[in-house]
Amino acid sequence: MRHEKEENVNIIACVKQVPDTEAQIRVKADGSGIEEGGIKWVMNPYDEYGVEEALRLKEKNGGEVTVVSLGPARVMETIRTALAMGADKGIHIQDAALDGADAYTTASALAAAIKELNPDIIFCGQRAIDDDQGQVGAILADLLDIPQVSMVTKLEYADGAVKVIRAIEGAQLLIEAKLPCVITAQKGLNEPRYASLPGIMKAKKKPVDVKDAAALGLNPSVNAKVVKFTPPPARAAGKIVCGDDPAAKAKELARLLREEAKII
Amino acid sequence: MANGVWIVAEQRDGVLRKISFEIASAARKLADELGQEVCAVLCGSGIEGIAGQLGKYGVDKVFVADDPALEPYTTDAHAAAVAKIVKEKDPAILLLGASTQGRDLSARLVGKLATGMGTDCVDAKLVDGKLLLKRPMYAGKCFGEVMISSFPQMGTLRPNVFPAVENQKAGEAVKFDPALDAGKLRTKVLEVQKDASGKVDLTEANIIVSGGRGMKGPENYVIIEELAAVLGATVGASRAAVDAGWRPQTDQVGQTGKIVSPNLYIACGISGAIQHLAGMSSSKVIVAINKDAEAPIFARADYGIVDDLFKVVPELAKACKELLA
Repeated sequence: MRHEKEENVNIIACVKQVPDTEAQIRVKADGSGIEEGGIKWVMNPYDEYGVEEALRLKEKNGGEVTVVSLGPARVMETIRTALAMGADKGIHIQDAALDGADAYTTASALAAAIKELNPDIIFCGQRAIDDDQGQVGAILADLLDIPQVSMVTKLEYADGAVKVIRAIEGAQLLIEAKLPCVITAQKGLNEPRYASLPGIMKAKKKPVDVKDAAALGLNPSVNAKVVKFTPPPARAAGKIVCGDDPAAKAKELARLLREEAKII
Repeated sequence: MANGVWIVAEQRDGVLRKISFEIASAARKLADELGQEVCAVLCGSGIEGIAGQLGKYGVDKVFVADDPALEPYTTDAHAAAVAKIVKEKDPAILLLGASTQGRDLSARLVGKLATGMGTDCVDAKLVDGKLLLKRPMYAGKCFGEVMISSFPQMGTLRPNVFPAVENQKAGEAVKFDPALDAGKLRTKVLEVQKDASGKVDLTEANIIVSGGRGMKGPENYVIIEELAAVLGATVGASRAAVDAGWRPQTDQVGQTGKIVSPNLYIACGISGAIQHLAGMSSSKVIVAINKDAEAPIFARADYGIVDDLFKVVPELAKACKELLA
């Protein structure tokens, strides 16, 4: 892959379409999945940070942003959203054989689509808020044999490398990564822009390449399978501490936590 | 044929982290049922001496890679070391902690080992000798049961869910050469800025006191912090409070923040937007303090007080202080 060139950064932003955070998730009666009716689909919020960072990098250094997504026909809407924000072109990996793809298969498909583009930097969200797996970015990096830094909240690009901040439990790390690399975006990295009206108009004319598994030379298989979906366990009705005096109620609550719940 | 239940132990600055004992205990349980060994991989520099501590929590054998290039943690170095020994020994199951490091490393290993994994699992059991992982999806709005048809069957386990159980085994340290290729170590930690407060991270906290929009401003979090100090708790916040700039992003609990499972979660002035509830519903005991009796948070709470939090919270701190004195 090329990384000798300092200007015109070749940037990829991977995006996934997910149910909005306000969506109620209902499990199908047979436990085979979730009911998709009535769900509002949006770009995964963590991927939005990735797209925004990709655009900022391009605006500062010159270059091109390609947005890549995998999923059914409805995913085109999310690709168009990224294009409307300012990405230059899109790749839509669409194939029924990839429905229910696990993280490894998804990353394999992305890797196959991205490899020939010789990117300098690839952005992914740190996790998708539907599956909550947080695996694809790292697997993609491994398949492309490039480094990754995950959960990045700050990024500086210079001299064929990036310096990034990664937050871990109780500390922040300043990490330098050689290019090309995969960065997974965490909240705090930036404030994503909204698509402007002219942006939305322009997005309609930007090229999106639709590819299926065969075009990418893939032979999809699934290793990790969700065999059953279940609703969260019901919680027993809670106890409201009644009375007029806040101090008395607070005292009673403390007693309950100590004596009944045995938690403090 | 793939055999053995393996874990990747996690240490920082030469100290094994609590999650290592939690996953060791979970692995022991599975291994006893399978009649197999528990092995751990431990990577770092100058860490051979701590390997034995894993024996106390049921680990039979600890494969130790001791190399200056393994300290501090980088994905490239640790993934290469773990993948080397795992490929050689071919375990049936490989578990890591769902900490920031465990999540980063495990995902890279899925790539190197071309296998499947369930992230952030809250249950791990065997069905016909195969691993069945239970994990929250959509931040806990539903759960998925995952089976993996390739080896090793990988999972990361959520901190603070699997109890660390003492069960003395040999914990025999076996050194191996990670055979690291310097040209493939492409990231470098330039600086570590430790959080001066020394507070426990939300994902690992036993008790969390969270404040939301009802706090009305950043200056009012002093009462939350006082209650947290009394209880030895970590302070959290709702998305509304973070987006308003009242609290740092690292404090956010919810679907686009941290997904937490403390023993006790005290929500102050948090109405309970679905994306917040999703992030904290697996807490063992939930307390809500809110002046709006109709707030959705009360439907999830084990204990509630409908009143002005500015009156209740300081009194609760006082009452707890007296009880704990």
